[in-house]
Parts: sequence; structure tokens; C-alpha cells
Amino acid sequence: MGAQELISLLAEETVKTLYMTVVATVIAYLVGLPIGVSLIVTSPNGIKPMPVYYNIMGIIVNVIRSVPFLILMIALLPYIRIVIGTSIGPNAITAALVVAAAPFVARLVESSLMEVDPGVIEAAQAMGASTFQIIWKVLLLEGRPSLLNGAAVATINILGYSAMAGTVGGGGLGDIAIRYGLYRFQPTIMWITIAVLVVLVQILQEVGIRIVAKSDNRIN
Amino acid sequence: MAEHIISLKGVTKEFDTKNGKVVALKDINLDIEKGDSYGIIGLSGAGKSTLVRTINLLEEPTEGRVIFDGNVLTGLKSKQLNLHRRKISMIFQQFNLLMQRDAIGNICFPMEIAGVPKAQAVEKATELLKVVDLEDRAHSFPSQLSGGQKQRVAIARALASDPEVILCDEATSALDPKTTRSILKLLRQINEERGITLVVITHEMEVIKQLCNKVAVIENGEIVERGDVQEIFAKPKTKAARRLFFPDGKNREKPSGKTSTKNRLRLVFDEANAYKPIIASMILETGAPVNFFYADLDVLGDKQKGQMVICLSDDKELAEKQKEYLRKEGVEFTEIEEEIEEVTE
Repeated sequence: MGAQELISLLAEETVKTLYMTVVATVIAYLVGLPIGVSLIVTSPNGIKPMPVYYNIMGIIVNVIRSVPFLILMIALLPYIRIVIGTSIGPNAITAALVVAAAPFVARLVESSLMEVDPGVIEAAQAMGASTFQIIWKVLLLEGRPSLLNGAAVATINILGYSAMAGTVGGGGLGDIAIRYGLYRFQPTIMWITIAVLVVLVQILQEVGIRIVAKSDNRIN
Repeated sequence: MAEHIISLKGVTKEFDTKNGKVVALKDINLDIEKGDSYGIIGLSGAGKSTLVRTINLLEEPTEGRVIFDGNVLTGLKSKQLNLHRRKISMIFQQFNLLMQRDAIGNICFPMEIAGVPKAQAVEKATELLKVVDLEDRAHSFPSQLSGGQKQRVAIARALASDPEVILCDEATSALDPKTTRSILKLLRQINEERGITLVVITHEMEVIKQLCNKVAVIENGEIVERGDVQEIFAKPKTKAARRLFFPDGKNREKPSGKTSTKNRLRLVFDEANAYKPIIASMILETGAPVNFFYADLDVLGDKQKGQMVICLSDDKELAEKQKEYLRKEGVEFTEIEEEIEEVTE
């Protein structure tokens, strides 16, 4: 394979990887953020304790999280085909990524919000703030730096998962690594792919750190 | 009869812990009048923080009723309760400001909750910053402010909802003495000029002396003594109150060496007799010397009070004469010989 060809292949698959990562992260947050918030709010020490909901949701999250991603994905693909019509390609993999990542995101959100000073929540309660106002104006606002930090971790994790999806025909950088590196035994291409992944993770981490620093009013 | 802004009726609070039930408050009955600056003092663990938290239902009483401005708060749905809570502000030992909002943003917060339009809220917050003397820190974040400044922002925030009452939970306990004085002065001003009722939780006698007109002494979840600060200062009836109001030095009340431990008196002077040389005259008149253990000048609100611990003559007859003289001069005194064990820790 010529250099030209290789570059265009890498570019194409990097775009696919980024597509899967970004879309899956966004949807995983749309699902996981409310779940994480609900776990904090309904916990025994939360602002509206609801033990039944809290325990059931906790078990669901833990069950999904305890299945390794590769196995979860293989188990889910037949159902994904029913829902979105295909079990290969970036869209199918994105769906699997969302299912795997949402519970992880929920736990990340939960632990971020746990750091919010209970005294500030108490102050808001004393002012007569409703549960919704406390979630919106206190928990999410005061927890913002930690939430963004968690989002960087989640994105990088999902990027890693998406590469794994290459083994089941998901496309993206993982796909190149497996097809060329493993099946055709071309270690150079394998290493180049790894290098691209490393660079992507570095960029994500760096951007994440900067956004967190900029958003946190406690530091300066 | 003056109007009760806050009434607690038979309030009991129990906590379930691993080691069984703990009774934090036992059948508390307390009436606070509009405009009072009501101190609640006790040692740590006495239940005073739980007590103040029952007033705005941050702690729901196990039994009893909480009445605010004629409305029974206990048993209300959270929507109604939240409306009343807007009229009961609270300031805290740890300030509890939003760390991600600047001073103005923090002061606007309660108005946001109440649905006040933003422009109006900002205007009022700016005014309140002037009241607490922080106009130049409008856009500082809490992490850029000192403890005293943070508490000033918290006080401005407490004023933002035009409250009837401000609950102060150990509001100066995290501050140095100088800052404490300035915060107490500010709170006093708010109480006097705006007529806002204060409920002041503290373990420090100084706070009560400088800020309150009434005080309740709480011990083991019960109010053991209550009344005007002036009165209780002059004549504390219970051991708990004496422990708090008497000189705090451990050995000041327990004479060392061979000095007599009998016949010790705590004298309280008010403005009427503070300037007279009463002790000197007493010695001259009775011809018997006394021993001094402790003397101090206190400011209670705007009144000066002196207190002194002395030891009278060993001779019973002479001691009686000395007491007679003090009575004649109108000096309040309490005998404290039985207190030695309690006071010495």
C-alpha cells in the first residue's frame, strides 16, 4: 500500500472513529447524566431519598457495567439490527457504545456531584429552593468542573471502546489495526494506527484539562 | 403582648443511629418575639444546631410543632414550606456560598429562586453589597475573599429575600476575634435598623453579650434557663448558665494553695455602681480584707457590666457584714463555693 493510499485510509477511518466517539459520548451523556443526577438526588442522604428507585437503578447500572464491552457488544448486535436495521458499521457500533457507556457516565456524574459541598445544598434548601432548582442551579453548576473532567475521561474511554469495535466490523481505526496489523501482519500500519490513537487521546485530554481549568472559578 | 414570630411547641427530635435512638431535643418550647435578637447557647453536642435547623425544617421534628409568623410549618407540603422558607434566611459557620458564582451572583441566588427578574435582582444585590461594605468586590469569587468578606456576602445574600428572620448558625465561629466583632456589629445593625429578628446559635458567650437581648441556655437537648441577657448575666440560676457566664478560666475560681475556698462571691456591677469604689469602701467599713480572684468588664449590648470574683473573710460574722454592705449598695452577687468541682475541668 502506498503512502498516499495509507494516508487517505487513515484519514477516512479517523473520521469514522471520531464520529462514533463524539456521537456515542453525546448520547451517552443524554442518558447517563439524568441517571447520575437521579442517583444523587434519591440516595439515602440525597435531597429526595427514594430507596426503591435508588436501589433498582443502582443494580441496573452495575449489571451493565460488569459485562466487558466486547462481550456486551456481541450480545447486543442482534438487537441493534432489529432497532436500527444493521449490525455493522459505525451506526451500529455507536448504538452499542451508548448502551455500554451510559451506565459508566452515570457513575462518573454521580461521583462528580458527590463532591458538591452539602452545606451549599443545605443553604439552597433553607432559601426555599425546589428540588429542580437545586439540581439545576446548585448541583450541576457547582459540580461543573468535576463533570467536565469526567466528560474528558468518558470520551477517551469511549474512543478506546470504539477501537475495540473494529473486531466485529465496526470500522474506524481499530478496524485498520486488526485488518492490516493482525490479519495481514503489517506491523508498520499497526504502529501507525496506535500512534494516531495516542495523538487523539492526548488532544482530548489536553482540551479537557483546559476547559476544566477555564470553567472553574475556585482556582484563580 | 408582643407578637411571636417563631414558636416551637413541644419540639422533640430523635435520631436513629447504629447505637440506637439518640434524643437530640427534648420537648422544646420556645417563643421568639418580633425584633428579638435571641441567643441560643450551649456546649457542642447540646443540640443547639439541631434546634435552629428545626425552625426552617431542615431537620423535621419527630414531635411537636413549629410556628412561623402564625403559620404552622410542620406538616406542610414542600411547595408551601418553600414559600415560608424565603422569609427565614440563614447564615452558616462555613458561609456555604456557591463557589462558582461571584459575590453578586451569590446575592442574586435567593432572588432567582423566588423568580425576581434578573435586572431587578442585580440592582438589589448591588445595593446590598454596599450595606455589607463590599461594593468593590462585586465580581470576586468566594475563593478570592477572606473569611470575613465571605460572611458579609452571605449576610447580603440573607438580606436579599427581605426576610423576617435570620438564623445565624455559629456565624462567627470560623472567624478571628477582630473580624468576629465587625460581623457582630453588622448583624446588630441589621437587627436594630431593619427590625429583622435574629436567632443566634453559638457556644461563645462573647457573641451573646455583644449581639443578643435574650438568651436560652441549652444542655443535653433541653432548655435549662432562659430570659433577658442582662438578668441571666447578673443572676444565673442553673449550673449550666453559671458555667457559661462565669469567668471561663479553669483555675480562676479555684484558689490555689492554702487560700480559703469558702465564702467566694461573684459580683456583678452595672453602670449605676460601676464607678463607685465599692470594694474599697466595704473593706474600710467592715474592717475585714477580701481576696480577689478575677475581675473583668463586659459590654452587654450597649450596657457595661463588670464582674468580679472575691473571697470574703473567714469570720462568719464579718462575712455577713460584708454581704450586708453589698446588698445595701445594690450589687448583685452569687455565692459560688459549691461550683468548684464543676468549673474545674
